[in-house]
Amino acid sequence: MSTNVVEVRNLRKEFGSAVAVDDLSFEVKQGEILGLLGVNGAGKTTTIFMLLGLITPTRGTIKVFDSDMHKNRFPALQRMNFASAYQFLPYHLKVWENLFVFSEIYGVKNSKKKIDDLLELFELTRLRNTKTGMLSSGEQTRLNLCKALISDPDLLLLDEPTASLDPDMADKARKILLQRQKESGMTILNTSHNMIDVTELCDRILFMQHGKVIASGGAADILKQYKSESLEEVFITIARSSTMEVV
Amino acid sequence: MNFRTVRALMIKYWFVWSRSTFRMLDIFFWPVMDLLVWGFLSVYMLKISNAVPAAVTFLIGAIILWNVLFRAQQVIAVSYLDDLWCRNLLNIFAAPIRPYEYVASAWLMGLLQSTVVVCVLGTIAAAVYSFKLTALGYGFIFLYANLMLMGWSLGLLTIGLILRWGPPAEALAWALPFLIQPVSAVFYPVSVLPQWLQPVSMLVPSSYVFEGMREVLRTSHLDSHYGWCALGLNIVYMAISAVAFKLCFEEARQKGYLAKYAV
Repeated sequence: MSTNVVEVRNLRKEFGSAVAVDDLSFEVKQGEILGLLGVNGAGKTTTIFMLLGLITPTRGTIKVFDSDMHKNRFPALQRMNFASAYQFLPYHLKVWENLFVFSEIYGVKNSKKKIDDLLELFELTRLRNTKTGMLSSGEQTRLNLCKALISDPDLLLLDEPTASLDPDMADKARKILLQRQKESGMTILNTSHNMIDVTELCDRILFMQHGKVIASGGAADILKQYKSESLEEVFITIARSSTMEVV
Repeated sequence: MNFRTVRALMIKYWFVWSRSTFRMLDIFFWPVMDLLVWGFLSVYMLKISNAVPAAVTFLIGAIILWNVLFRAQQVIAVSYLDDLWCRNLLNIFAAPIRPYEYVASAWLMGLLQSTVVVCVLGTIAAAVYSFKLTALGYGFIFLYANLMLMGWSLGLLTIGLILRWGPPAEALAWALPFLIQPVSAVFYPVSVLPQWLQPVSMLVPSSYVFEGMREVLRTSHLDSHYGWCALGLNIVYMAISAVAFKLCFEEARQKGYLAKYAV
């Protein structure tokens, strides 16, 4: 049994003639928080969706908790959860109803208490009986995070989780995620354009461009590699340089 | 099959329907309107023509039974569209929900919804037209089961096609049952169809169901041949729909449609 929660080997995804992910290999260790960074179209979301088994790779393998995500993704999915700023929960349902449905799907015990705790943590208690469609986008994002944490996942996949949160709430969300991660040893894979997210949350970063990893390491390592003061500067440098040598 | 997952999804459907007035109206409004308009029209036709009184009974029975098939197909198709429109599809398929658990929960909700609709229509038909569903005897269960099976396989095929072709195929959710209605012998016997179309009609399970229904109403006896032919065809179509759904689902994963249409 390896300590790698995620193992990606020579992953490639083609959509017709377009190559979204090109020979990508990486692993995520248990308890690690890995950030996937890159411009739009770099292949981050496609990678996340392949990790969830929602997109089939053209080539390469993905193992999550030793399960091959192409052949048998369900044992791993039971231990994973996912939140995206671009996915919503059914708008006809009240806030608690949505969380209740997902707690049932994941077989969560003592779901009522868990729902109440999460709503309190993300400051949504007063909206417990509000229809989800009536929430602001920031509130919906927080609800998505509640849904993602309801099953106490061993692996959490986040696709731009703080995209529509104000700076205060984004900061709170990061602190909650960090605290949860510290308590449970949960592994997190996070895609973001938000450099504060990446700097504060991630132990390690993979910079992606045109489906490839062009830089990797801790935030300090990457800043050193690029002789830069901030990740934002590195991001802009990478985004504007199509001829950047692969590190 | 994880029954906890199926139950969770059924709870979700129940919340969706019970929270939406328009959804409830959609379930009951159209079937009731169908029954009233066509029922009164047939009563009127009976008055001004020499049609046999059984014609009214045939029509009312056909409207009620057609709703079994239509509702069973609709629940599956619309439940999927609901998740698509709410942008909840990725949350569903990123959760430990196997496609057949997703479909099974919609099937069961289809069974529940069809039963409720048939009870409502049966009560109205008894009150307004003195039509008694019980006139169909025990054969009703056989006919009902065949229509459910056909609705389920049509529903499965519908979501498979929407998965594969995305939003342009959404209209199929409503169109597919009506595409087969002309050859289903719902309101008229197969013999009314042109000679060249009759063999096509005999390949449709619902043709046997509606022919069987007319026979029961006429003779108070159901020739079991109708039920068995419908069942045999339903098994074949269910297998074809399941394979088609699986192929469409796998192609959607391969081409990224599942993610593309859901975001």
